[in-house]
Amino acid sequence: MRLVAEGLSARRGEDLIFQDISFEIAAGEALVVKGPNGSGKSTLLRVLAGLLPAEAGTAKLLAAAQPVERLSEAAHYLGHRNAMKRELTVEENLAFWKAFLGDFANGAAVSVDEAAESVGLGSIAHLPFGYLSAGQQRRMAMAKLLVAWRPVWILDEPTAALDVDAEKMFTGLVTTHLARGGIAIAATHQPLGLEGVKELRMEGFVYAHPEAWA
Amino acid sequence: MIALLLRDLKLSVRSGGGALIGVLFFMTVVAVIPFGVGPDLNLLSRIGPAILWIGALLASLLGLDRLFQAEREDGSLDLLLMQETPLVLTVFVKCVAHWIATGLPLVIASPLLGLFMNMDEVAIGATTLTLLAGTPAITFIGAAGAGIAVALPRGGLLVSILVLPLAIPVLIFGVSAVYAAIQEPAPFLPPFLILVALNLFFAVIGPVAAAAALRLSSD
Repeated sequence: MRLVAEGLSARRGEDLIFQDISFEIAAGEALVVKGPNGSGKSTLLRVLAGLLPAEAGTAKLLAAAQPVERLSEAAHYLGHRNAMKRELTVEENLAFWKAFLGDFANGAAVSVDEAAESVGLGSIAHLPFGYLSAGQQRRMAMAKLLVAWRPVWILDEPTAALDVDAEKMFTGLVTTHLARGGIAIAATHQPLGLEGVKELRMEGFVYAHPEAWA
Repeated sequence: MIALLLRDLKLSVRSGGGALIGVLFFMTVVAVIPFGVGPDLNLLSRIGPAILWIGALLASLLGLDRLFQAEREDGSLDLLLMQETPLVLTVFVKCVAHWIATGLPLVIASPLLGLFMNMDEVAIGATTLTLLAGTPAITFIGAAGAGIAVALPRGGLLVSILVLPLAIPVLIFGVSAVYAAIQEPAPFLPPFLILVALNLFFAVIGPVAAAAALRLSSD
């Protein structure tokens, strides 16, 4: 399985946020996207997740366990928002996503309880999601990655609001995922503590009309 | 899909879900009519079916804007958009859940409110039946409006305005079916079957339009 991106560009309004980005990631590899604020990290990840149209270029998953039309079908996306309902308990949230997302071909996910355990919050899974602290909410959003198997993880600032222990725990989750033959793409400012990762540095704006700014 | 249906139903009865807001509004509207119109029982029973239908229409529009907005605010919409499951199907299931949570209570409350309007059994029965057949159509049309207004912070009124012209035929045929049932020479079935047809028509068009709008609105 390989994730291949070729000549990706994306536009917000008039301006190209980035252009001609190409990379290739094989199974078991991770890509860390770095760059200053506003350099287009989040936009790149949303393009990969199929949530924004690419101006040019393609991103494809080749030789996956089951043929996919869109990369997003084989991917988890952990964005700035946690995609969990405040009114439901953590268990209900996770059970819903487990049932709704389902497992990607020939992968097996862990149960809701095990997922909550592996983010270190097994004891509070019965509480409504809205009662948890920001860091706990983020951890539970990560548990969502575990309840349904997806080979590709697209992670946007995954460790924001997390303490040092939780960052380590998260590094462990990603390492396990890579060891199972997964792919991870993360945009982050903090060092994730992963070894042997590829790095992509985003440069920033390319203005459509530079003379307008002169 | 069943999981999505159950989750939406659960959310609608939890705090802030607003399942009862619609039916409370419906009751308020219908309950004040006799005070405004006055104690003319014949007049009340004559306008009763129309008042119930207008009340139900307005109550159905209430809360439609939250259909996708709540999903968008917490990021769930992103995940719904990414799946292999056709988005149209996801939207359809969300509409069904929304109707069960907000439309069905209106249908159940309508016989009681019919008594407020001095309607006889036949009129009450016909109104309840037409509401049962017609309110899903309003939800499906509303889904298209909710999809378009999903990114707008105060989209509530906009959704109502966008949706109202399309909901007018539902109102017309719903009310005319009731009057056909209680006024002897007019046949009941033709307007009722058109109402059912409208329902099926919008059950297809609504989710397709809403799914297209949601795809375009992602940012």
